[in-house]
Amino acid sequence: MAPTAVRPVRIIVAKVGLDGHDRGVKVVARALRDAGYEVIYTGLRQTPEMVVDAALQEDAQVIGLSIHSGAHMTLFPAVVEELRRRKATDITVFGGGIIPEDDIVALKKQGVAQIFTPGTPLAEIVGWLRERFPESD
Amino acid sequence: MKVRARDAKQAWKEDFEASSGRDDGIETSTISGIPLRPLYTSDDLPRRDEELPGQFPYTRGIHTSGYRGRLWTMRQFSGFATAEETNRRYKYLLANGQTGLSVAFDMPTLMGQDSDAPTSRGEIGHCGVAIDSLADMETLFDGIPLGEITTSMTINSPAAILLCMYIAVAEKQGVPASGLGGTLQNDILKEFIAQKEFIFPPGPSMRLVVDSIEYCAKEVPKWNTISISGYHIREAGSTAVQELAFTLADGMAYVDACLERGMQIDEFASRLSFFFDAHIDFFEEIAKFRAARRIWARWMRERYGAQQERSWKLRFHTQTAGVSLTAQQPELNIARTALEALAAVLGGTQSLHTNAMDEVLALPTDKSSRLALRTQQLIAYETGVANTVDPLGGSYFVEALTDEMERQAEVYFKRIEELGGVIPAIEASFFQKEIADAAFRYQQELEQKRRLMVGVNEFTVEDEPPMEILRIDPRLEAEQVARVREVRRKRDAARCSRALGGLKKAAAGTENLMPYILEAVRAYATEGEIMQSLIEVFGIYTEQAVV
Amino acid sequence: MAWSSCWDTTSPYASWASENLTDPDLAAGFRAGDIRALARAISLVERRDPAVRALEQQVRDHGATSGVVGFTGAPGSGKSTLVDGIVHLLRQKDMSVAVLATDPNSPFTGGAILGDRIRMQRHALDPKVYIRSMGARGHLGGLSLATREAIRLLGAFGFDQVVLETVGVGQSELEVAAVADTTVVVLTPNQGDGVQMIKAGILEIADVFVVNKADIEGHMRVVTELRAMLSLSSPRSAAGEPGGWKPPIITTVASRQEGLDRVWEAVLAHRRHLETSGLGRLLVEQRLRDETAEVAAEIARERVRRALDEDHTLAGRLLEEGTPYNTAEEILDRRAGR
Repeated sequence: MAPTAVRPVRIIVAKVGLDGHDRGVKVVARALRDAGYEVIYTGLRQTPEMVVDAALQEDAQVIGLSIHSGAHMTLFPAVVEELRRRKATDITVFGGGIIPEDDIVALKKQGVAQIFTPGTPLAEIVGWLRERFPESD
Repeated sequence: MKVRARDAKQAWKEDFEASSGRDDGIETSTISGIPLRPLYTSDDLPRRDEELPGQFPYTRGIHTSGYRGRLWTMRQFSGFATAEETNRRYKYLLANGQTGLSVAFDMPTLMGQDSDAPTSRGEIGHCGVAIDSLADMETLFDGIPLGEITTSMTINSPAAILLCMYIAVAEKQGVPASGLGGTLQNDILKEFIAQKEFIFPPGPSMRLVVDSIEYCAKEVPKWNTISISGYHIREAGSTAVQELAFTLADGMAYVDACLERGMQIDEFASRLSFFFDAHIDFFEEIAKFRAARRIWARWMRERYGAQQERSWKLRFHTQTAGVSLTAQQPELNIARTALEALAAVLGGTQSLHTNAMDEVLALPTDKSSRLALRTQQLIAYETGVANTVDPLGGSYFVEALTDEMERQAEVYFKRIEELGGVIPAIEASFFQKEIADAAFRYQQELEQKRRLMVGVNEFTVEDEPPMEILRIDPRLEAEQVARVREVRRKRDAARCSRALGGLKKAAAGTENLMPYILEAVRAYATEGEIMQSLIEVFGIYTEQAVV
Repeated sequence: MAWSSCWDTTSPYASWASENLTDPDLAAGFRAGDIRALARAISLVERRDPAVRALEQQVRDHGATSGVVGFTGAPGSGKSTLVDGIVHLLRQKDMSVAVLATDPNSPFTGGAILGDRIRMQRHALDPKVYIRSMGARGHLGGLSLATREAIRLLGAFGFDQVVLETVGVGQSELEVAAVADTTVVVLTPNQGDGVQMIKAGILEIADVFVVNKADIEGHMRVVTELRAMLSLSSPRSAAGEPGGWKPPIITTVASRQEGLDRVWEAVLAHRRHLETSGLGRLLVEQRLRDETAEVAAEIARERVRRALDEDHTLAGRLLEEGTPYNTAEEILDRRAGR
């Protein structure tokens, strides 16, 4: 007998680092919920270790991070590195925040799948996720 | 003659209804959702005695002569990386006509952590200056006569510590505390509500705020002890009405706390100041500022029984809305900021910060920072709006909107009261939920193009060239870490340890902590060490987050 | 289109390649104490994937079962803070704890924001605390089936205690009560309309009542009203019998960790009662039967859906004649083929 229930894609949504500006991350969390995802919001002041551990416990496929403090070049790679350490590189990392174009290029080279800058329509974020995690027949 | 006027209005109404409207689907309500009529007439003017500037309840301004008497203070918020660099930027701005200093601190400093703490890694100097101890503060104000300028410091949980550092630097310059002027943001309630830079739980946090207000009332009487802020609440996504209501409610909570401490209202009320956002919906912002003055004046006089006029007068600083800036076609931000600044001026602000156009991406460059300052100078000296006090007073529309904002704010005050006050409402996540809902609603309006953000969801441009932005030199982090370690090595360890011990003991009791913090600061205890001592007594607060 | 397009219906293992776990490694990882293997297994349970049964067989003989306590309460009752405090207490007694927290999924989009984990930040990175958020997914009875299996897995994995947490909307309290050994109902003074307005069924399912936020005015009134209502109704175990369990009412201030030790004592006392009265065994048996019936219902449901999808003649006839009862019986009477 095949699985009888389908399973929404699970996304950990969090803010790493000291920055507390959570308007964007909360709006995105709602939009993802409305698009059908199971969103686990772990809140503010997360460390890379906490975020990855939560992703493993929750069997999430995706981690979404929001960073507005300028510390993205330290924190995103730290999360990617922690995923490597926990042997969970199949988990997709994406994010948003105040991140200049050059840095986005560098972060992608380090394993971040996508960065969305301020002004990105929610529909675009959802669309990108759907493309990566398509429904299959 | 009256009959003819009515006919004319009726005729206008009929003509309007027969005419075709725009069909672009854009909302005609304010950003806060207040519906706007297409026309306001004398019928909409509230029936009351004519209000005048400098007279209770100060709807038209707290000063009789408005900007004719004195222009607003042009106070540009800045600070980045190291105290040395920031010191250079301050001297540059002062030379270019800025009239007061405003300090931005980096995240570790805002969160009460030293630069060499593990969680400070990657965060040093990005959004403001790193201050670990009195030594950094001395560098920050080196060559700047504290007795001759005023300084605003944007910091909350560790605010008392930074104020003590400022006082200690002034001491070394030979300036007594009684001669110091400036503002401390020190508004912990809005941290719980919006900015989330809280450390201690609400009780001890409020105690520290009241300690600082009480101390300054005696020792630093020219100091604005608190900048009760709506800016962050607005930036977190609230409507203008929520910004107005939540900010004033916070103000009341602080007043209540000070009265509970045993202070007399007139002892401290005149040193409370406010900080509002100037967002892009032009007239709503102007109405908001006017309503704020009127509401506060009434409460101070009628509810709290303040006797002195200066206790009734709401003074505020304004910052143009960071959240209205776009990364796309960023030069447009110059125009946005100009319009927002104009609203703040027409609303009668006492001081103003205008954002630089590149602030969506990073801290501003020298050039864009100067442009932002020039924008204010343009308004002050070229547009003529400063020549008359409250130029929009008597406008059918503005007066009606002012009244409406006041009315809606009162509805919120009732609800907060029903919840038991600001702190119970915070713990029930009331404000946080209102804000999250408003933020989401606005985003949906943008997605559906019922509201536009030019360059973002309409009038976009493909392939914009990358902007030149300011980068923080990563070596500065290592240097700052070395600096704080050096301070710890060189200080009088015994004096420092005694001071911290004394602070902890006092924190466990009920004394005013300011003198103890001042002693710790003088002994070159680091900010992180002082905060840690307090955490050991007060504990750490975790919020009950709502999405 | 909207809600289904993000639901992953393929075998989980297809995309989990390379160094990451694949099927044969799942049991090995599970036995080795790899949290990810446990998490994967629970996901299989949530998807109702039969592969998990094979896994269960392989790990089952680690016969330990965990004690299961369920917490339910209205939003705003401080239930999450209470659970966080209980976890803290259990950790101080050096016990390992797994928390299953359920939030309702949107019935329209299937999505959810699972926000219970965030209330337990102080246990982040504690290897002896496992927190799993489960969306209720709108499946009637789906919650309890998945939860029951998850509990078995957690026991096999070695957790001393399992805590179920659910927000009190819909049928969720009843589902928790059907699964937990002890059900704790959390109330607060701000219940609004008072205890009278508490949903029907709550009083019957509670083994322990907690009146939280006892530092707020009005909490004694809640306690008094509750006591009055309880004296009118019969205890859960056996109507009116001496030695029947009377649910205690415990006041707490969860945010200050006050009263939580009394809550735990009450839970232990209830467990002892279940054992000495023999009720525990009865419940185990009853629940296994219930679960079997529900599993059968799930299988039957699936069979019927598939039959109607595949047999167009049958589906056509159903539509024309409108005979769901006959059609259902007909399908079930057929041999259970593929």
